[in-house]
Amino acid sequence: MIVIKVLLISATLLFGLMTLRERQLATHQAVRRIALLVLVPVGIVAVAFPDTTVWAAHLVGVKRGTDLLLYIFVMTFLFTTLATYQRLHRVERQLVELTRELALRPEPDHQRESAR
Amino acid sequence: MGNGGSYDDVCVIVPVYNEATTIADVVVSLRARFADVVCVDDGSSDESAAIARAAGATVVRHAINQGQGAALQTGFDHVLRNTDATYVVTFDADGQHVVEDAVRMVDTARAEGVDVVLASRFTGTSTEMPAVRRLVLKAGTGFTRWSAKLEVTDTHNGLRVLNRTALRRIRLTMPRMAYASELLSAIVPNGLSYTEVSTTVNYTEYSRAKGQTNLNAVNILFDLAVRRMRAS
Repeated sequence: MIVIKVLLISATLLFGLMTLRERQLATHQAVRRIALLVLVPVGIVAVAFPDTTVWAAHLVGVKRGTDLLLYIFVMTFLFTTLATYQRLHRVERQLVELTRELALRPEPDHQRESAR
Repeated sequence: MGNGGSYDDVCVIVPVYNEATTIADVVVSLRARFADVVCVDDGSSDESAAIARAAGATVVRHAINQGQGAALQTGFDHVLRNTDATYVVTFDADGQHVVEDAVRMVDTARAEGVDVVLASRFTGTSTEMPAVRRLVLKAGTGFTRWSAKLEVTDTHNGLRVLNRTALRRIRLTMPRMAYASELLSAIVPNGLSYTEVSTTVNYTEYSRAKGQTNLNAVNILFDLAVRRMRAS
């Protein structure tokens, strides 16, 4: 049981860190791509040979394969949520800048633009 | 128009979001004392922009709604880029502020040479402030006094005077209403001087319906907490 606990707690801590530091976008993308590359074959194997999930679960100290899948699912969901939230936040900030630039762009019907 | 006189170096920024019923009066009364009134229309869906322009204001328009803090920052950028105003007054569009208060605050800024002049409704006389609102504002004030290390009594008053130095150093990026605390938090770290002036807030039926809900304080706190953690 100890292995999975360490894995889950460190993953959760990582998410906490992720919320605080926004910058490593390339890292997030890389993680997503690796996850995708790994998940496809793993998914195929898990469906073709259901017992492999039990074997993997026992490796990290979890009793049932289903439980391990649930843990992975929760962690993936957390990661996705955070990554999406951060991307939204970034887009919002860019939108503010864009709106501001547009608003301050000289237009003939603004009275004082000639002062620029 | 107006007897601007010694207030020619003042630019009044009025963030506007769907204020068609009050904006004309606000602009006209401001224009009686200040020559330069700039309305930042934050993507209003009503006729606010046209009305403000007709009343004599310069209108800068956000294509889409971005929140009051963003609107104020756009106003600040406008002043820095397009004018040589020495002082900026921020003034709410719902008619809750008194123009003479703004005049007094500019006088104070000039006389005392401070960078930022804040308005306080708690040391002045405000008409019929709802009890719950008073409590929420007091709590918000306590929080900001503690976190921004400012000796102020009212932290969420839309009436402020900033000089050009303050404009250059303060940059508002917070979403929603948290910008008010953000602005205050920027004063001390940026080495700006400040003072507080007693003012009046008119709690009309309109401003009450239009203003912030008390529950929004939760959103403000959350925004600030996230920012605080990021900064550290």
